[in-house]
Amino acid sequence: MAKTIELEIFRYRPEEESEPTLQSYEVPFNEEWVVLDAINYIKDEIDGTISHRWSCRMGVCGSCGMMINRVPRLTCAAFLKEYYPRKIRVEPLDGFPVERDLVTDMDMFVSKLTDVSPWIIRNEGEEKPVEEGTYLQSPGELAEYKQYSMCINCMLCYAACPVFALDTNFLGPAAIALGQRYNMDSRDQGRDQRQEVIASHDGVWHCTFVGECSAVCPKDVDPAGAIQRAKLSSTADYFKDLLMPWGKRK
Amino acid sequence: MSLRHDIVIVGGGGAGLRAAIAIAETNPSLSVAVVSKVYPMRSHTVAAEGGAAAVIKDNDSLDEHFKDTIGGSDWLADQDAVEFFVKTAPEEMIQLEHWGCPWSREPDGSVAVRPFGGMKIERTWFAADKTGFHMLHALYQTSLKYSPITSYNEWFATKILVENNRCQGVAALDLRTGKVETVLAGAVIMCTGGAGKIFPFTTNGAIKTGDGMGMAYRAGVGLKDMEFIQYHPTGLPGTGILITEAARGEGGILINKDGYRYLQDYDLGTPLEITDPDHPVKKSMELGPRDRLSQAFMRERDKGGTISTDGGPVVHLDIRHLGEKLIDKKLPFVRELAKNYAGIDPVHTPIPVRPVVHYIMGGIDTDINGATQLPGLYAAGETACVSINGANRLGSNSLTELLVFGGVAGHAAAEFATNNPDLDEAALELQGVDEQQRIARDFINKQGGTERIATLRKEMHETMEEGAGIYRTDAALRTTSEKLVELRERFANLLIEDRSLTFNTELTSALELDFMLDLALAVAESGLARTESRGSHQRTDYPERDDANFLKHSLAFKTIDGVRIDYKDVVITKWPPEERVYGR
Repeated sequence: MAKTIELEIFRYRPEEESEPTLQSYEVPFNEEWVVLDAINYIKDEIDGTISHRWSCRMGVCGSCGMMINRVPRLTCAAFLKEYYPRKIRVEPLDGFPVERDLVTDMDMFVSKLTDVSPWIIRNEGEEKPVEEGTYLQSPGELAEYKQYSMCINCMLCYAACPVFALDTNFLGPAAIALGQRYNMDSRDQGRDQRQEVIASHDGVWHCTFVGECSAVCPKDVDPAGAIQRAKLSSTADYFKDLLMPWGKRK
Repeated sequence: MSLRHDIVIVGGGGAGLRAAIAIAETNPSLSVAVVSKVYPMRSHTVAAEGGAAAVIKDNDSLDEHFKDTIGGSDWLADQDAVEFFVKTAPEEMIQLEHWGCPWSREPDGSVAVRPFGGMKIERTWFAADKTGFHMLHALYQTSLKYSPITSYNEWFATKILVENNRCQGVAALDLRTGKVETVLAGAVIMCTGGAGKIFPFTTNGAIKTGDGMGMAYRAGVGLKDMEFIQYHPTGLPGTGILITEAARGEGGILINKDGYRYLQDYDLGTPLEITDPDHPVKKSMELGPRDRLSQAFMRERDKGGTISTDGGPVVHLDIRHLGEKLIDKKLPFVRELAKNYAGIDPVHTPIPVRPVVHYIMGGIDTDINGATQLPGLYAAGETACVSINGANRLGSNSLTELLVFGGVAGHAAAEFATNNPDLDEAALELQGVDEQQRIARDFINKQGGTERIATLRKEMHETMEEGAGIYRTDAALRTTSEKLVELRERFANLLIEDRSLTFNTELTSALELDFMLDLALAVAESGLARTESRGSHQRTDYPERDDANFLKHSLAFKTIDGVRIDYKDVVITKWPPEERVYGR
């Protein structure tokens, strides 16, 4: 007999159910399959009413993050064989409101990204015209921020973050890492502007450095490290202001 | 109540975001809507790996970029468009650098370039091997700075709204509420990407179902050169995940089951030893163009030179000699993907690969400004066909194309919208009501169907691979075409299980399949009508290129009797067709 594996899927259709339920499905166990393949199999062959997000199936679009047996993971990078013969429970990412089934509301996340002004900021009058060519940036300068530019916005770090779980006002790991990505880019001059948000109460100081964010990050962005660096430089600002009030930052 | 903007952009990938920023920068008083069925950073631009071409180094010239592109296109690209493209490419790439794209660098801090297939001089800018990802995120993050841009994320546009022979907006399904909204504007730009999902084995993400092409086609706009489908020679078997051409640009080689560099048997040149300082030779062997390499694979398979696997026949892409250090620096994603999805580490083991559907050269017929024949409707990116790609796109031109023609279409649409501010709002709103009723009647409330979406999709996939793959014949294309007509009939008997108005992805899958069935037939019929072999369109019953009859773009129109094919001449400005030569 062909091997099978059981998937328990979180179901919630707001028009029909007041409470979420778990629904079980038996799918073929295929060594090559990731959890996403199994969910797609269910949708195609067993039950067309399951809703979930996915696209690239190669770990770069960031759509398919879910809780798999209570751990936030990309379902396109979690193989069935890692779990077999145990059953696999799939739920929407923790920490975000559920729209339907495995689909969460991610508007809050997008607005946090926007809050850190994630674009190159140049001082007034110091923008470089296109005719003058590219900025020079040495491989070393690139390496300074490259890691923080690898975030795919999959939101696993928020689902893992115990601070965000208690207080959704927390700016959170990916947004802070993104702010740091621009702060550390040699082409950028916007750090002071971003500090207001990053160094605020809802910013880095909210983080208790549990480090779960970096543990679940599928792209090794190390948001916890980014937060630590941001804390250090904020502290440096504080002492600089104390010692040199005449050079006070705005 | 309709939503009113000056310009509506459908699609939030590279082309759509570039267009939005172009408008916001040149005229901040214009309001721009970006309507996308996914959050913009999920768009498939994200998956592009190898790089983006633009002339920047002293050893290169616009003329060389032009020639590589025209030769690559098998002379089917419009030369005025290509001249404009290569000239505008460098400034667009510099602009993106200013917006923060983390391009890989030379030790002196200048932007680094690498060679790609079909390229005489290396000119591909890259951000390691996640170029599309970095470009998309840089564009997305930069777009957040502009308050005139309003995003309608997870709104699925289903219909172009035309009144008085002018495109004046779109109807879009808000996935969260299930409600069809009308988003009105003086101009609309389609930036919805390609349609790789009409094929079973593709590098394309799930979202690439050609919706924008489908909408334009239904609105009476011609689809140009739809018979030209690009197979990328190196996809992972099973998943179809792309292994970038940059792997060969950096010196990777393709070998058959005996370890032999089989490309030398297919008129792609004579190999140099991998230890030779001149390896890899540009425009030769592994750095030949994608169409020729994919065709060589098929012939090698027929000769028995490939290796059988569960995921079909493969050859090996060997990059071991590049060494771990270079691989980690320049091809880290290749290593990650091969490890995760092929279970091998390319530092120690060759990567199994086979050709995979990657890109559609055809698309919505536009002019050099991104304008379609329908006033007020523009298109850019993979969904459009300008054409700079002709019968075979040169690797690393598509990312640059997003920028160049996204920007151009943004400017042109802004001008059109400024000059045509008055809309027929009442009539447009009624069209929106009709569209809501159509979706309710044909899908959400539909009773009694028996055909599963997945079954019809699978049969479409099989017949496309069977008849419209790398090598085609009259008989096979006819069978495919007939099969697609049958599937269209069966689509009327679709089984719908999900009645929910909240994030109903069964509904979106049905709408996508509906578009794909139209497009698949346009591909098959365009292929049937082109009785020659050119670039990616290879007819074994007509093996020669036929410039006397087919130095022309095909145009597919939707009619009640099926597909009507017309033609229009290719624009030749300075380089008449020649023999297409690689490696000699």
